Amino acid sequence: MQIRLRSKKRLSRSLGGDLSLFVLLAAVGAFMALPMVFIINNAFKPLDEIFMFPPRLFVRNPTFGNFMDLFHLMSNSWVPFSRYAFNTFFITLLGTAGHVILASAAAYPLAKTDFPGKKFLFTIVVLSLMFSAHVTAIPNYMTMSWLGLVDTYWAIIIPAFGYSLGLYLMKQFMEQIPDALIEAAQIDGASEYRIYWQIVMPIVKPAWLTLIIFSFQSLWTNPGKNFIYSEQLKTMDYALQQIVEGGIARTGATAAVSLLLIIVPVTVFVLSQGSIIQTMSTSGIKE
Amino acid sequence: MKYTLKEMKKKKHTYVLLGPYFLIFFIFTVFPVVISLIISFTYFNMLEFPRWIGWDNYARLFVTDDVFLIAVKNTFLFAAITGPVSYFACFVLAWLINELPPKVRAVVTLVFYAPSLSGNAFIIWKIMFSGDSYGYINAFLLKWRIALEPIQWLTNADYILAVIIIVQLWLSLGTSFLAFIAGLQSVDQSLFEAGAIDGIRNRWQELWFITLPSMRPMLMFGAVIQITSSFAVADVATNLAGFPSVQYAGHTIVTHLMDYGTIRYEMGYASAIATVLFVIMLGTNLITQKLLKKVGD
Repeated sequence: MQIRLRSKKRLSRSLGGDLSLFVLLAAVGAFMALPMVFIINNAFKPLDEIFMFPPRLFVRNPTFGNFMDLFHLMSNSWVPFSRYAFNTFFITLLGTAGHVILASAAAYPLAKTDFPGKKFLFTIVVLSLMFSAHVTAIPNYMTMSWLGLVDTYWAIIIPAFGYSLGLYLMKQFMEQIPDALIEAAQIDGASEYRIYWQIVMPIVKPAWLTLIIFSFQSLWTNPGKNFIYSEQLKTMDYALQQIVEGGIARTGATAAVSLLLIIVPVTVFVLSQGSIIQTMSTSGIKE
Repeated sequence: MKYTLKEMKKKKHTYVLLGPYFLIFFIFTVFPVVISLIISFTYFNMLEFPRWIGWDNYARLFVTDDVFLIAVKNTFLFAAITGPVSYFACFVLAWLINELPPKVRAVVTLVFYAPSLSGNAFIIWKIMFSGDSYGYINAFLLKWRIALEPIQWLTNADYILAVIIIVQLWLSLGTSFLAFIAGLQSVDQSLFEAGAIDGIRNRWQELWFITLPSMRPMLMFGAVIQITSSFAVADVATNLAGFPSVQYAGHTIVTHLMDYGTIRYEMGYASAIATVLFVIMLGTNLITQKLLKKVGD
């Protein structure tokens, strides 16, 4: 309803303007989509087409051969492939859920309550985004081993709860919420926890759905090789990387791997984008 | 401000909500950073106990390390181009997409965000820019007789920087882009109606006086993200141009850091590099935030 209302009184549109916008978006879209098209086509190419000269982008005789190769390689692996898949899903789901809940809980007082040290806390969160992770790896390892986390799932999951990006994003979104809305709830006698969970969280739904995408993505591709040694605790990403490292003899399987590794993040993205759109067309911030 | 114990009790919820996140954040983020800052003043080879050497690492960086100066020059070049271009691209594209019907918007968002979603799929640019005639770009140039022989995109020092910039821009519609889209969708719609009554005449005025000011928190967020990612170019450079790259043409501050941190195990020196990078990012960020405060005035 809201969207339709707006489109009725759009300002100064012209056919030429709309058309050139369309051309611009199409051109950028083609540039962005090209490698994706490449990955999808390559996964279905028979070997002779992968090595064909001159190279062609589109597949001529699509085949599932690469996936069969991959399947054979996988069934010979030491640890069953389903175990790698379980590890990845366990780490990703738990890490993402924990991060979204803890980061948004901490973001609410930072955005809407006054307390001493608020500015300081927020500043270090932002500053921490600027420090290179390559040099913090060693102190991090020491902490992990003191806490006895090395070579457990928790070495990946718990630090993920405290990523800086999520808190920063949630805080910026919560700042957009009108103060009057929260004051009204306080006057009605709602507790702060209830305001956080039942008023603030629904409004910032686009933010935490975005956050799910970020957190999922980073955990999905996080092989955790610094902290995890046991083969049965390693993730799918890691197992698939090992196949890629087999070199040129596994070119076909590698092409299948590239496709598999992006399917799940793309699915998560599509699902969460879908629900963002749904919430936005039914509600919106209104005072 | 007077802050009594009584008031603290009244705002107990603040500490309950903050506690769990910040406990983890301090243990796994702040603590390692502080340790690294201290290590940057030591000689530390990861075998012996760190030895305090004061400012020596920093002096060595700026006085004797010629490669570091190349890295700084390259990093600034990258950041000066990819930073602003990607920031504006993120915002402008998000703004254009926001006007599309919801279903189309979802598809276009996916296509634009796809490169960031696909992990290290940027490696396929290596095949695109491959130096022999198997590379897609060379095959295309040869076919149309634009070039007579394959161009060594990734091993010729003249092209490396440009190729990395292109791939980095391709990857840049990431975090800030999504944050901008979500931000545009959360702008209070009644502001536009009020604006129309107050005499907003065209889209540009609407953008400048209504959309941008109410997006300010997101604009700040995007700036921090784009600054950090454009100064921290490393993965793309090492994967495409090799490590080390020909004549250090694709050498950046972060690849220099990786060289000392993960190959030579000079952690003290690597930490000093990280600290310098941190200070550079911080300075750029302060300037950008000042500029952003002027938006919509």
